[in-house]
Amino acid sequence: MPELMYREALNQALAEEMERDANVFLIGEEVGRYNGAFKVSQGLLDRFGSARIIDAPISELGFAGMSVGAAMVGLRPVVEMMTWNFAILAMDQIVNNAAKLRHMSGGQLRCPIVFRGPGGAGGRLSSQHSQALEANYAHFPGLKVIAPATPADAKGMLKAAIRDENPVIMFEGERLYALKGEVPEGEHVVPIGKADVKREGTDVTIITWSRMYYFCMEAAEQLAQEGISAEVLDLRTLRPLDEEAILASVRKTNRVVIVEEGWALAGVGASVVDIIQSKAFDDLDAPVERVTGLDVNMSYAANLENATQPDAPKIIAAVKKVLYREGA
Amino acid sequence: MASPYSKEQLLTMYRKMYLIRRFEERAGQQYTLGKIAGFCHLYIGQEAVAVGPNEALRPDDYMLSAYRDHGQPLARGSDAGMVMAELFGRGTGYSKGKGGSMHIFDIEHHFYGGYGIVGGQIPLAAGMAFASRYRNEDRVTVCYFGDAAANQGSFHETFNMASKWKLPVIYICENNRYGMGTAISRTSAVPEIHKRAAAYGMRGEPVDGMDCLKMYEAVKDAAAYCRAGKGPVLLEANTYRFRGHSMADPATYRSKQEVEEERKNDPIPKLRDYTLKQGLAQDAEFEAIEEEVKAVVDAAVKFADESPEPGLDELWRDTIVAEGEEDVRPRERVLGVKVTHWPKYPSGQELKVTWDLEPREQAEQADKKAGLSR
Repeated sequence: MPELMYREALNQALAEEMERDANVFLIGEEVGRYNGAFKVSQGLLDRFGSARIIDAPISELGFAGMSVGAAMVGLRPVVEMMTWNFAILAMDQIVNNAAKLRHMSGGQLRCPIVFRGPGGAGGRLSSQHSQALEANYAHFPGLKVIAPATPADAKGMLKAAIRDENPVIMFEGERLYALKGEVPEGEHVVPIGKADVKREGTDVTIITWSRMYYFCMEAAEQLAQEGISAEVLDLRTLRPLDEEAILASVRKTNRVVIVEEGWALAGVGASVVDIIQSKAFDDLDAPVERVTGLDVNMSYAANLENATQPDAPKIIAAVKKVLYREGA
Repeated sequence: MASPYSKEQLLTMYRKMYLIRRFEERAGQQYTLGKIAGFCHLYIGQEAVAVGPNEALRPDDYMLSAYRDHGQPLARGSDAGMVMAELFGRGTGYSKGKGGSMHIFDIEHHFYGGYGIVGGQIPLAAGMAFASRYRNEDRVTVCYFGDAAANQGSFHETFNMASKWKLPVIYICENNRYGMGTAISRTSAVPEIHKRAAAYGMRGEPVDGMDCLKMYEAVKDAAAYCRAGKGPVLLEANTYRFRGHSMADPATYRSKQEVEEERKNDPIPKLRDYTLKQGLAQDAEFEAIEEEVKAVVDAAVKFADESPEPGLDELWRDTIVAEGEEDVRPRERVLGVKVTHWPKYPSGQELKVTWDLEPREQAEQADKKAGLSR
């Protein structure tokens, strides 16, 4: 299987879907002649032309809404947000129009559209550019929210998102784009709504998604050396949550740590805890622990930035807590 | 001079304006009886702004509006009973009672909805026009919004894109002079909205929104311009609502004298007088239309009132489209009639995109001029 960078996997998914369906077009800032702020759309303008790879003005609300309108009449837009921080400007169109069209029209309209771009900390960019905003979108009925961690999932889930009949919000990551992994060639579609056990284990379940996955895998490796077998469950989709996969893993290991880059209050992890406590309370041998971003705005200074985010040592400490091995 | 309009055209416009007037009067009455709840924005006084343009368009042109949205679908030909049922929150409404007064959608008649966030529909219209351009269709999109929406970012962001990409969209600003209770002149540096089109190199014109025929002519001309690929047009329809912003608004921010003055400018008697003066119809014919319309509206109220609320099972429908799920065709669902005019588009395999939105040559010439090589 060829090894690709995350950004190359996304590029492949876009190109394949645009080949397959002429209704698919890509719009966003710098996606055309600049080949993408993060080079996800490299080479696509030359291949598909300027009506299908569209350099948008810096008007997030405007081009998000325009794309929703195009989707209402049967096109399948992929809207690249340079980062999800900027998409806050477009939130009205995503939440008040895209997510509600099916409902407001009593089932007459559908809105097959993908909004995608990097979320989470970019690296030394301070507070306006370093936010994990997926919980905001996971809150809204009418949307699907995905956050793949690996290049293979990035390709497969973008393909699934483009083929979906609903608005799909896709969180990528500035620090994920250059990561490499094996990616199946051609028709590789990863269904939305299915979590994935990325590492099997028996002592504890670490639940995560997106970039935090790599810290969880690092922690699991180190824990293995201490004789602790950690299972890593990559949610991949945050709306709808894969309850079945969450509960199956909890019933297997009886101990859970949830790792989330974003803030704790009203985070996605809080909803996962709720599912577990209401449906698998008797299976728990310890209270669920959460490792999240600290409840502060992100700083520029390297030491403050690092301290704000979850990392492998914090995850290891949480695992030991649920195993009652603190200080061991 | 002979009228450029046929008798049939004039009477159709009259019938539709009268239908909207009568419908809205009854809606207002039903609101006070507690049959209609929430926000209910009446179109009384503004009828010409919906009817004139509709008669100048093709049935397959797209239209969408803000939340003052009963007039446009009635002009398009929507079923009055099903619009009223939507206002009543009944399962037989166009949106099964899920949308209410502010969200009328009738896709069969190419009416793509009423939107409740001020200016939120403006970018949608550009996207629909974009799709027509993308598919090489000569369809135009008509988008209504109120004067106050012209101060939203969506207005400016969209006009920039629509003009730059020459999208076939006609924006009709319904300037009824008040954004809710605030006169537009109090909050706008340039209250003549049509002048703002110039900032985007786009056509912008004022139109007498109290005159159905002037609205007809303006949109006929604008539609031809759009279909010829010349770009978008902004029409500022200067109009007036005879009632408050919504049923909840007593409209104490305008003087009685102002309202009375404007009522003299009522678009409905104006069209009737014109038609009579042209000798194209007799009083009796107008009276017959009025009787007929009254019966239609009475039946609409009765239909709505006798319709059941939506079933609770509807709660779990229409949030997410399930795999293989079809779109709902309201008249088929409610009235059991076969709906044949439903939008159909080429598949992704059939479609050939020939549009070059930013021709390469043009871009390369600009680069060359700037001394760049990429």
